[in-house]
Amino acid sequence: MSTKQAAHYPKPIYMDHAATTPCDPRVVEAMLPYFTEHFGNPGSRNHKMGWDAEAGVDLAREQVAKLIGADEKEVIFTSGATEGNNLAIKGAAYLYEKAPAGSGQPRGHIITGTIEHKAVLDPCKRLQKEGFDVSFLQAPPDGVYTAAMVLAAIRPDTILVSIMWANNEIGTINEIREIGKVCKERGIIFHVDGTQWVGKMPTDVNKDNIDLLTFSGHKMYGPKGVGAMYVRRRGPRVRLQALQDGGGQERGFRSGTLNVTGIVGLGKACEIAMQEMEHDAMRLAKLRKKLEDGLTSRLDSSAVNGHKDKRLPHIANISFGFVEGEGLMMAIKEIACSSGSACTSASLEPSYVLKGLGVGDELAHSSLRLSLGRWTTEAEVDFAIEKIVQGVSKLREMSPLYDMYKEGIDISKIEWAHH
Amino acid sequence: MAYGPKIIDHYENPRNVGKFGTTAELKDRKDVGVGLVGAPECGDVLQLQIKVNPDTGIIEDAKFKTFGCGSAIASSSVATEWLKGRTVDQAEEIKNTQIVEELSLPPVKIHCSVLAEDAIRAALKDYREKNGIATEADKEEHAH
Repeated sequence: MSTKQAAHYPKPIYMDHAATTPCDPRVVEAMLPYFTEHFGNPGSRNHKMGWDAEAGVDLAREQVAKLIGADEKEVIFTSGATEGNNLAIKGAAYLYEKAPAGSGQPRGHIITGTIEHKAVLDPCKRLQKEGFDVSFLQAPPDGVYTAAMVLAAIRPDTILVSIMWANNEIGTINEIREIGKVCKERGIIFHVDGTQWVGKMPTDVNKDNIDLLTFSGHKMYGPKGVGAMYVRRRGPRVRLQALQDGGGQERGFRSGTLNVTGIVGLGKACEIAMQEMEHDAMRLAKLRKKLEDGLTSRLDSSAVNGHKDKRLPHIANISFGFVEGEGLMMAIKEIACSSGSACTSASLEPSYVLKGLGVGDELAHSSLRLSLGRWTTEAEVDFAIEKIVQGVSKLREMSPLYDMYKEGIDISKIEWAHH
Repeated sequence: MAYGPKIIDHYENPRNVGKFGTTAELKDRKDVGVGLVGAPECGDVLQLQIKVNPDTGIIEDAKFKTFGCGSAIASSSVATEWLKGRTVDQAEEIKNTQIVEELSLPPVKIHCSVLAEDAIRAALKDYREKNGIATEADKEEHAH
């Protein structure tokens, strides 16, 4: 979409908070002085500008640590969860490898899931090419990974387990604390991609048995381009091989001048989350339920994807049979959301997450993800229900598949010409 | 997806949505040709139907139903507009590239126009088979 075209569109209501959130105005306010007044480099140890910037970073580190129940020395600032996941997974694999590269010996075993974010899957695939053995655990139909599933995949040479806290497409919550316990008992490093969870739901890295936790600012009403990573220092002390060489900032884990404004914003976002997440979660869970129930009760052949209860309060993922997702999004352009349809993805493949649950490609093409946020109102939810019901109904009038369904023809029995 | 005004127009006001009867009914209708292409797993299914005047061989009406994205719907809609008034032989001349041009389809959506052309061919073939009419290509093949 060019900016010229975008200008002609009225502003839709925003139901894509799992993609990104708006910055909380309180976050922006906290950041502003660090662009102009406290512009110093926190690495400058000999003047006030440097000290002021460092004070801002120190406060943010405390705010982040407090939100996740960590010590501030265990918080590393990154550019976001993609960098964090790369550093956690590759950094741990290279450091805890059983044999060095080129030795011809197996380098170690890593466990992850098939419906993880690409920022976890792709580092794991790279490690696989480099001689590590990776098990990509098949997702169950409800999308929830359990400790038993991970336990069954653990081998004597397993060095790392990486499982996301909550899925970004379907919002399902994995058994993190239990998986962590299984790993802890066996001395296996446990990494959690907490991008969709942290700042939305209560987090305690000690009780939750996590060694490495990664997340982004822009999913919790903070700025884009900044994130944080928790690296356990006690019981056990987790070490990582840095991926980026340079000035040795962030205890050597992550060289590069700190993004002070972003870090200050992330810290403020964590502080606000700490105060408001309980209220937000309760409110959004009710709204999400209303949205899901409103749509599935009024539209036949529609269903919520993923576990019905073990899910984040704010993410709804619903398939509307016989209707294609991109076509549907055009019919509801008053609502900004996303779809698992191939036509909405850069790869032109339907959602691998929904395919991973075994819902079938057809229902993956027919899915919408609606993710609510801090400023979503009940009126917006009511509006969305009306619009989506209208859109789905309009497209079903146009859908040959819906006709066949109503005529009692089994669509799966037709010999489709694949192209 | 960046869509031009013509795609939006055909998506929002699709021409000739519908069908000439149920699947079972149309099997025995000699004046109607049905083309059904694509696959649900691929995210697009186009159903195109033509109603031909048996005396003149002219396509008097055309209807479509499409499961797919905005471009697939718009491509089908354009196809039905272009089919009406042509003879069965003239209809063979419709090419996907013309649909691409008409709608200014973006490169990633060219397959929608290909599917529309496939649907036209399939509907014409169905009509010919029902009526025992050989195409020019068939005739040539027999001559050799």
